[in-house]
Order: sequence, then C-alpha cells, then structure tokens
Amino acid sequence: MHGRPRKPLKPVDEAAVAAKAEKLRALQSEFLSNHQNKIYSKEAVELSAKLLEINPELYTAWNYRKLAVQQNLAQCESDPESVNSILNEELKVVENALRQNFKSYGAWHHRKWVLEKGHSSMDKELGLLDKFQAMDARNFHAWNYRRFVAALMKRSDEDELEHTQNMIDKNLSNYSAWHNRSVLLSNLMKKAAPGFTSKDEVLTREYELVREALFTDEDDQSGWFYHLWLLDQTVRSEFPLLVSSWPVEGSDISLPAADYLDGCASMNVFHYSSRNFPLVLYFNQSVRGVNSSTVSVSCGFNLNADLIWKPLSSNDSQSAKVWATHLAIPDAELHSSEAYQVEVKVGFSQGIVSTTGVAYGHPSQISFQLHLQKAPVESGQDSRFGRIQWKDDCFAVYEPGSAEPDLVNLLDNLTIKNEVESTASTWQARIIDDETNIFRDLLDCKIGKLTVARLLTAYNSLRPLDKPVHCKEVLELYSELMKLDPSHYQYYKDNHSLVLLQQVTSSKESLLSRCFHYRDSTLSTNGSPLCLRLNNLGISQLGSFEKLLWVQMLDLSNNELQSIEGLEALQLLSQLCLSNNKFRSFTALESLRYLKSLKVLDISQNEIGSHSIDTTRYLFRSPLSHSVGSCDWNINYLSSKTYWEAFFVLKDMGLTQLDVAGNAITSKSFNVFLEKLLPTLKWLDGVEVN
Amino acid sequence: MEFNPPLLTSSQRTLSLFPLPLHFPLEIRTAGEVEFPPPPKRHAPPLQQALNTIESTLVAMGELAADKHVKYILAVEKRKDSFESAVLEHLRMNGAYWGLTTLDLLDKRDVVDSNEIIEWILKCQHESGGFAGNIGHDPHILYTLSAIQVLALFDKLNVLDVDKVSTYIAGLQNEDGSFSGDIWGEVDTRFSYIAICGLSILKCLDKINVERAVNYIISCRNVDGGFGCTPGGESHAGQIFCCVAALAITGALHYVDKDLLGWWLCERQVKSGGLNGRPEKLPDDTENGGISDRPDDAVDIFHTYFGVAGKTVAA
Repeated sequence: MHGRPRKPLKPVDEAAVAAKAEKLRALQSEFLSNHQNKIYSKEAVELSAKLLEINPELYTAWNYRKLAVQQNLAQCESDPESVNSILNEELKVVENALRQNFKSYGAWHHRKWVLEKGHSSMDKELGLLDKFQAMDARNFHAWNYRRFVAALMKRSDEDELEHTQNMIDKNLSNYSAWHNRSVLLSNLMKKAAPGFTSKDEVLTREYELVREALFTDEDDQSGWFYHLWLLDQTVRSEFPLLVSSWPVEGSDISLPAADYLDGCASMNVFHYSSRNFPLVLYFNQSVRGVNSSTVSVSCGFNLNADLIWKPLSSNDSQSAKVWATHLAIPDAELHSSEAYQVEVKVGFSQGIVSTTGVAYGHPSQISFQLHLQKAPVESGQDSRFGRIQWKDDCFAVYEPGSAEPDLVNLLDNLTIKNEVESTASTWQARIIDDETNIFRDLLDCKIGKLTVARLLTAYNSLRPLDKPVHCKEVLELYSELMKLDPSHYQYYKDNHSLVLLQQVTSSKESLLSRCFHYRDSTLSTNGSPLCLRLNNLGISQLGSFEKLLWVQMLDLSNNELQSIEGLEALQLLSQLCLSNNKFRSFTALESLRYLKSLKVLDISQNEIGSHSIDTTRYLFRSPLSHSVGSCDWNINYLSSKTYWEAFFVLKDMGLTQLDVAGNAITSKSFNVFLEKLLPTLKWLDGVEVN
Repeated sequence: MEFNPPLLTSSQRTLSLFPLPLHFPLEIRTAGEVEFPPPPKRHAPPLQQALNTIESTLVAMGELAADKHVKYILAVEKRKDSFESAVLEHLRMNGAYWGLTTLDLLDKRDVVDSNEIIEWILKCQHESGGFAGNIGHDPHILYTLSAIQVLALFDKLNVLDVDKVSTYIAGLQNEDGSFSGDIWGEVDTRFSYIAICGLSILKCLDKINVERAVNYIISCRNVDGGFGCTPGGESHAGQIFCCVAALAITGALHYVDKDLLGWWLCERQVKSGGLNGRPEKLPDDTENGGISDRPDDAVDIFHTYFGVAGKTVAA
C-alpha cells in the first residue's frame, strides 16, 4: 500500500499479525450482524466506533452510525441537551478516525452530515481545520471541508480570500492556496463585490503577489498556473465580436450560370463553382443564437426559404466560433449583366450570445456583390480538370494583374474593424508591458521564457488590426523551449506553429507571396485555380483561420500536422493536400465532414492505421462517444468493420480525386471500399476509377 | 442496425473500460526516506523515463514474469489471515476488478473459476439494485461499477437485471446533475464518471440527464485546465481522469482545454521519471505504474493492476 515499507515478516510477527487480523474479523462480523438486524444499543454503537478507529474506511460502519443517530434523535424528542450529546459523540468519532487517517472520505463526509443538522460552530470547525492545515497544508479534504463550512455558515468570500493570503504568506509554495484564491477571486469579480469592481486594480495587486512566488523558486509550479490565469483575465475579451467573414466586405463575386455547373469551368479568384454559395461568420469566441432573425441577408432576388445557419462544430452544444449558411441561387435569376448587391446584417436584433452569457452588442454589416456569369471565359475550353498533381512545377507564382485587383483588396480587408477594440484599454497594455519587462529578467529559465513568449503573444491579441510584433522573438523563445524542456516539446511546437501562421497571414504581401496559380497542361492560363501554399513550414497545429476564409485550394503538405481542427471554417475549400504529415487516423480528419465543396483530397504519406491506440477517437462524433445514434450506420458498406472511421468521415463527400497511398491502412480491400463509398470518384491514388 | 464497435485488444479494452478509480483509500503519506531508482544516465524522453522507473521497481522484486504476477494475485485472493486483507475486506469488489483485469491483461483469465466469482458478486447485490463491496455490506456506486466491469470481463452481463442496476445508478443523480455515491449523499465527480461508465457499459446512458451530468462536471473545471472532486476543488490527476473519461464517453471533450490540461498533466512527471498527482507532491505508483507504491514499498493488488496496465499501454 502507499508508503508502507516492504519487509519480510519475522515468525513472531507473523503470529501476532494473524491474531490481530482474527480479532478484527470477529469485530467486523459482529458489527455486520448488528447492522443487518438493526441493533443500535449502546454497546453495538460503541463497537462501530471501535471499528472505525481501526479502519476509518469501513464505509458501512459510517452508514450504520447515521442510522443509529437518526433513531436516537427521534427517541430523544428534540431535547437540546440530548441532541447535543448525540451529535458531539459523532464529531468525536470523526476526529478519532481522522487521527488514524486524515484523508478518509467516509470520516469527512460523516462530519458534514452531522454539521448539516445545525450543530457545531464556525469557530470550532475553523479551529479544527487550522490544526489539519498546519499538519498538511495541501490536504484537499481539508480545503473541501473548509469550503463546505464557509458555505454552510455563510462566511464571506472576502474573509476566505484573506485566509488564502495567510496560507500563502506562510508558504509561497502552496498550490492549494493559490487555487482557492483563484476560485474566490473569480466569484468576487463575477458578482462585482465592492473592492473588486476594477479589474485593473485587482489584477495589478495579484500580479504583485504572485511575482514573489515565481521569482523565489522558478521550478516551483505553485505560482505558474495562477500567473497564467491572471494573464488570461487580463486579455480576455469580454464582448463577442465578429472578426472576419466570407465574403469579405466590398468584394465582387462571380458565379457560374446553370449550364456550367459541372466540373467548375473556371476557378479564378472569385469564381465559385456551385450554386450553393456559402456565407461564413467568424467570431472571436463561441456564440449561440445565430439564425435568420439575428442575421438578416438581403439580396436583389428573393430567397424563398429562411436561411438556416449552422454552427461549424462537432458537438451538440449549438454554439461555435464559426457559423455558416448557404445561399441557393434560384435558376430563374440569370441576368448575366446584372450585379446583385447583398447585405448581411449581423446582430441588429437581440439573440446572439456568447457561451459565457454576454450578449452580442456590436452590430456589423457586410456588403458584397454577386455577378452571374453565363458565358465561359474562353469558348471551346474543356471544362473538366485533369488530375491535380501537387508538385512544385505545377505551381507558378501569382502575379496580381491589373485585371484582378480584387485579391489584393480582399487581403486588405480580411479583418473586420470593431470600434470597441480600437479603444483597447490602456490598462491591459500597461500591465502586459510591465510584466514583460519584469520577466525579461528571468529569461535563463523555462518559466521565464514561456511567460515572456505568452506575454508577447497576449500583447498582439490586444491589437488584432495591427501587424503582430515580436514574432521573431517569440518563435526563438519557443524553439529554445523545445530544446530546454523536451517533456513539453509538442506543446511548444504547437505554439510555435500558431505564431508562425500568425506571422505568415499578418500581411497581404506575406500572403500574396504564398499564392500560386495551378498550371495544368490541359487548361489555358486563364482557367487556373489559385492555391495558397503553406507547405514545408514544419507546423504541427493550424490557426489564423479567420484570415483564410477565402481559400479554395490549399497545400499543407510536408508539415507535422496531427489534426486539422478549425479547418472546417474554410467553407470554400475544394482542393486540399495533407500529404506527408503525421495524421494517425481518420478520426483526426473530422473537420473534413464540414467541407461540402471538397472535391480533391490528398492524405497520402501519413500514419493512418499505424497506431493501435487512436488518441482522437473520443474527440470524434461517433456511436462510441454516444454523440451519434447507431441509425447512421449503413450496413452496406460493411464488408469489414475495420474502416468504420473512414466511413464516418468520407461518407457524404462528393470527392472526385482521392490519394491515400503511403498509409498503413492502405490495401486493395481498402481501395475497393473507398470506390464503393465514393461514387463520384474519378481518380484514386492516381489511377482512373471505372 | 446496432453499432458494435470492433473487437479491441486487451490493452485497448483497458482504455475503454478504464479503471474504477480510485477509491483513493490511502493517499500519499508525506513521510520518510523513499529511495528512487537512480535517474537514467542519458537524457531519456519522458515515456522512457517512466518505463525506467517501472523497470527498476520490477528488477527490485525480480523479473517481470506473468506467472509470478498471477501467483501473487491468486495468493492474495486466498490469503485471509493477513491484517491487510481484513482491513480491505469491505472493498473486495474493487480488488476483484483490479486482480481479474490484471489477469486478463496477462491473458490468464482462465486460472480463476468465473462461476464462483459471479456467484459471489450476485450475493453482494442489494435489493435496491446496487452492489456492496462484500457480502453484508451496504450498496455503493463504487462497487456497483466494479461488479458490472467484472461481469463484462467475463462476458456475463446477461446475469444482471440490467433495468434494476441501471435504475439504482440513475437514481443517484441529483438535481444539479451531480451523482451521490449512495443514499447518504456524498457527492464527487468520481461518482459522475462511475455512473456514466457503468451505464454506458450497460447501454443505458439515456436513463440519466446527460446534459446536466456534463454541466456539473464542467462546473468542477479549474483555471489550470484540470478538474476537482466538487466545484472549487483543486485539480488532482485522479479526478481529472474521471472527469475527462466521463466527458469522452458522453461526447463532450470539447469542454476540455486540451493544450492547457495536457501541459498540466505532463508537469506531473518528475525527474525520476515517476508521476505525481498534483504539483509539488511525491510521485506515486498509482499514477506511474510500479507494482508497489515505490521501489522498496510493499506490494499490493491495487498497484499491481496499474503497473501491468501501464506496461501494456506503453508497449
């Protein structure tokens, strides 16, 4: 058992131990018999006390005592002296038991049960707690009990906060005290208690308090999480805001007319290949309540039905950071020379609320134009694409011609300007600035580097409209941390990737330098789709999606991605390359389920099927996580249950091209399964499908 | 068409039917000199370090041999004259789960008489539908899950009156979504996990209010990304396991801040390679896997289970 040394028993000891065990068994047996027969005589009850002193974990004995108390209380008819003596006896038994094992769940709970009968005083209980906390300041039973007593006897949060201060003063390395402090402060700030209304003041005080803990011993974790929490409280934006959208404000979109639907005739920058045109709203935090009442969409032509807005998230919570709907352009409206003005008004009526309960209070409007294109760009052009090959020589750097100023315009307007942010509170910037300067003194250790990296990143998050600063320094810090602290390598790498992507997407020049025309020998130059290439960046996590809603063709090959979480926001995606990454299973590709326009997918050269343990299985909507009913399961595809994950991900996709070679799961039977599952498939692993 | 998940290997099964934690009967005593194995000479990646710790623990008691573990487990089962076994009599149902699952992981389930065990389990069932830790003791959600798990292990869930057991478990859910351990009302997120795990094995998850159960668990989430036993309770690796598992089973993992919690959990690994349960505490085998608490500490079945399970998963 915990903490008991291993040693062989000497013969004399053995006999003594056996006798002791025999005695205990006899007592337990007698006790159980009393319990079964509901005997609550004085002797019987004393026996249970004796047992609990030896073995406070004997839960049935605590239950028995409660029954005895209930009976005795009923018999004494509320005579206060008798009641007191009965309950005091129970408290004594608990104290004896706790002396034997002060972490006994049964004992603590029994005490709570007694106290709930209105017995004992706050002073007495706090006195007992002080004794226990002096013995072990980290005993979470004691802290929980303290919380229980404080609530029962209505002790104020402010007083309890002072207690945590006392504990911290005694010993800075008291994680439990810091934790409790965070709980109490959250409460006090939430209910705007007097003295706790100014976030600036409260947080500044707390930063000072925790600084000593961090600088006294940089390896002591007690203050780390508290500091991180303070930082989060400092930069967290209270208000739900619209951050970006598709289409972008002021853009000009061409849609093909009915005859040219099939095979997407041309895919110049804004030419969209389907009649279902997506609208995407990207918020700064998860919100609910986006629907046709709270978001109004008006165009030149009537939309017959109310638009249905869906949250792009794989859970049932009806809330998400990204919401999307589709405009179905009616056939009747085919005036190719006309431009239809569309206006999307977000939040002009009440109803959009963040998941933390804050109402959306900054209405925005997005206007753009739709053109319907009847004639093809070049007559005689073959409207079908050949097979897409993701090779370097198929891509040519994008040159913005005078005919297409729109991409550049679009990239200028990616982020929606929100007035509330431009008056970014100076106190937030000041705190971060101060903290950054202080922590630059600690740069030779892990927590110092990590904190500075976090502070610089937090600073950028306060100014979303400006170009991020200090990116190079942050990237260097994370690189150093990857070497210094390998146990968190992946965590640092993920953060490094996020900052790298922020840097890449931070300016239109940077984005433009990564835009390429795809050149296919069967197509003329005018008909080539535009591809954003984010390959060979060594990234392990994706981010900055709010800057990428316009992307139709995306190359993420040769990176270290294990998940594409967040990619579902890119509703325009029709060609995606994920080859040469570190995807371990189909469950990691769940986001693909939301990409209704996806036609070309390359997941070759990954690790799908190589690992016996699927670490993303429970993040994935399936019957295994009780998030999908079993009625979705269609037996026809089940030649083997081995491919159920692939089935769930790919089943409703209209893929024309798929590459899966170079994964452990690949086999002839898998390919047969895929061909059955995807009737629209034209190429599988480079081979034409019959 | 009913969805039957593909057959899992025993290590995968360990993960899906993961343990009844942890009655947490005896917490770490901060005490005395405990010898840790010397740190590995070359800088080894964290998992390797943890394995090194397990390995040296095992070297201390001889080679890890499946047979020896089997013998140990069977001996514990039979040995009634030790003080230890008397003191743990009330949680024999848990012990049965740990011991039998360990045997299963070592592919030695057939060395025990399953009928005898099942007969004993059913004797522990109460008229309320719940199971006690042993014959004559009171029913509790802890032992109810162990009973279900052992029966599932032997593929004998059909001996249960599923309706009765699931009604008992569902009846323990409170207004706020939390679960009590029994009629006496102790609330803890461990019990939320137990209820959810048990009902999901019995395929009766719809008997409880899942949304409220999930909301309660989330109310126990802390600023460090971890979870405590009740709202405001400090993060603890054992509680975190329970809460994360419950959220996984109910498809609610999106409420977990994976990066933050992942970081916190990785910080539990100390220089010796072992794992502690909370910041600045001693490493404990319950989290490591080691067949005893630590090298040189007494062996017991609880830790044997975790040790073998840990080795299986890491393999």
